[in-house]
Amino acid sequence: MNHAHLNLLIGLAMGLNLLALGTSRLPLLIRAMSAQGVILGVMPTLMERPDWRVLLVAAATIGGKGLFIPGMLRRAMRTVQIDRELEPLIGFVPSILLGAGGTIAALALTPMLPLLPEHANSLLVPGALATVLTGLILLIGRTKAISQACGYLILENGIYLFGLLLIQAMPLMVEAGVLLDLTVGVFILGIIVDRIQRAFDSLDTRKLTALHE
Amino acid sequence: MIALLLILVPLVAAALAAAWPDSRTRPWLLPGAGLIHFVLAWWLFFNPPVVEAGAWLGFDPLARAVLPVVSLLFLVCACYGVTYLRIRSERPNRTFVAALLAVLGLLSAGHQARHLGLLWIFTEAVTLAAVPLLHFNGTPRAFEATWKYLLVGGTGIALSLLGSLCLGYASLYGGGDGQLTFVALMAQGGGLSRPWVLIAWVLLLVGYGTKMGLAPMHTWKPDAYGEAPAIVGAILAGGVTSVAFTALLRVRAVVGAAGSGAVADHTLMAIGLFSMLVAALFLLGTRDYKRMLAYSSVEHMGILTLGASLGRAGVAAALFHVWSNGLTKGSLFLSAGNIRRAAGSPSMDAVRGMSVLTPRSAAIFVTGMFAVTACPPFGPFFSEIKVLRAALETGHWVATAMFLSCLLLAFFGITRVVFGIVDGRPNHAAKAGSKRFVETVGVIAPPFFLLVLSLWLGLFTPHIITDAWAAAVAQLFSTP
Repeated sequence: MNHAHLNLLIGLAMGLNLLALGTSRLPLLIRAMSAQGVILGVMPTLMERPDWRVLLVAAATIGGKGLFIPGMLRRAMRTVQIDRELEPLIGFVPSILLGAGGTIAALALTPMLPLLPEHANSLLVPGALATVLTGLILLIGRTKAISQACGYLILENGIYLFGLLLIQAMPLMVEAGVLLDLTVGVFILGIIVDRIQRAFDSLDTRKLTALHE
Repeated sequence: MIALLLILVPLVAAALAAAWPDSRTRPWLLPGAGLIHFVLAWWLFFNPPVVEAGAWLGFDPLARAVLPVVSLLFLVCACYGVTYLRIRSERPNRTFVAALLAVLGLLSAGHQARHLGLLWIFTEAVTLAAVPLLHFNGTPRAFEATWKYLLVGGTGIALSLLGSLCLGYASLYGGGDGQLTFVALMAQGGGLSRPWVLIAWVLLLVGYGTKMGLAPMHTWKPDAYGEAPAIVGAILAGGVTSVAFTALLRVRAVVGAAGSGAVADHTLMAIGLFSMLVAALFLLGTRDYKRMLAYSSVEHMGILTLGASLGRAGVAAALFHVWSNGLTKGSLFLSAGNIRRAAGSPSMDAVRGMSVLTPRSAAIFVTGMFAVTACPPFGPFFSEIKVLRAALETGHWVATAMFLSCLLLAFFGITRVVFGIVDGRPNHAAKAGSKRFVETVGVIAPPFFLLVLSLWLGLFTPHIITDAWAAAVAQLFSTP
């Protein structure tokens, strides 16, 4: 496994996490997410002996996470003509601090986990943990439907990073399931975003408060 | 082969429904496919096939112990659905019918999945297929409920994927060859890396627990059940949650084989009792009778989870409870749906005197209420007694005390709401609304039939069904 290159890419993906947490502009958030998707898609080709299955995963990831889904989100953003400023529940600076703290904790925690020798020097596990955490912060801390969808996708990116540990040993269909879920999930999210718009004339999920005890 | 038909028949029917040109006749596909599924499922129940150990899909003892009741529930709900969709002819039903049939097919697949990854894919697919069902009514409130369902359910399902990957890594670290069938994982047993198994267990419990609606991940449930049509609530509460429950049972068996069964049981018991407590407290406060059913469902998921933590006898009792709860809850959802249509409001503040306006539905609703709060001689009484006995036999006195107090609190909460809407004098708006709603056979027979089944299951639990539960327990606790 080409550790140096792989770790460089994971480091980049982790940097994009912080960018996603810190940005106040929706287009930049989508761009960060899309760049992360492309980087994630390149990773499997750097791992040992990429066969056709691995290449398929790489192509599908770049196409799905890097191009198709961000494209759909941009389209949703244009059609509903929403304000491009994000309104955070958790402020941008606290978000970055949380994300950075989480990244450091992930790096500190990983040596305590039992890892196979070929994974011990890789950033895959801390990268996955930090990205999952970033996704969760965005899911909880942002109010607009599109930015929550971005948070969900970054969460999925983290899970994908963890899945790379198993790409050789695990059958392809598990990975195909991930991609399928992703595409379909956002497709449906897109419809709902559209419907929420029509029903509320806003994409602010804070207004979804009719149902409570 | 027949086991595969259980999955394919509903999926083909779903495709057919999507292409079917006529909205008036399309709903008949529901009971049509439901009946074929029912015949196949019960044929397999009486003639259980031999499942190869390494098979990824199969009608194994655990599927045999749960899938027949899901099929039965679906068939009865499908019959109700024909009448319901005729009443709601103003709404387009193409997506609804197709999605409902797809849910049945994917449920059958989820119950029969014997592979960690496959199980996850089907659970995910069921989650997505249920989305159009929730926003059938098209109101802003229905959209809000759907959004919450997607966000909470989606996060839960993502965490369960992460958990599945961790379990895969546990196998890889322990020298596994990448076989992720539950049989292979159980055979690896103590060879699985213990820290990774524990991480996987926590993530899978949270993930599939979200799908089941265990507290504190239950927040999507009151909204979804409150806003969705009654038939959807019945199928979600009796069918979809049972897939997540059997998923947890299968994973629990692997964790047990890896030597961490005690930890798993403790967490199951804690989360089960916590769900019962949260549900009981919310039941005391809610004023909406459809949301009440959702909290009651959270409570019963807690009972299932508690049962699952109590060893062999407890798991058998929990499987019994899957049947009795599914049938009883189905009856309650359908009769509540009738009351909701006639009364025009889901809140007990606006609805009174339904025993006058919809006497038959109200009678079924009240009887169902006694059944679901575990009054004899209905099914839930006997299954909860079995859970109770399992708790006492294993010496869990505190858990027993908490279990009984939560049941009592839930009883107070549920009777308060039910008698609030059944008793009293109806107001004028409700009187006008109830004239538009006629209690035909099509809307009364299905909930009544489910209630009779619940009674029958409690009084005359057939030996062949108890044997099926015992076989499932033997599968889960087998030591290869």
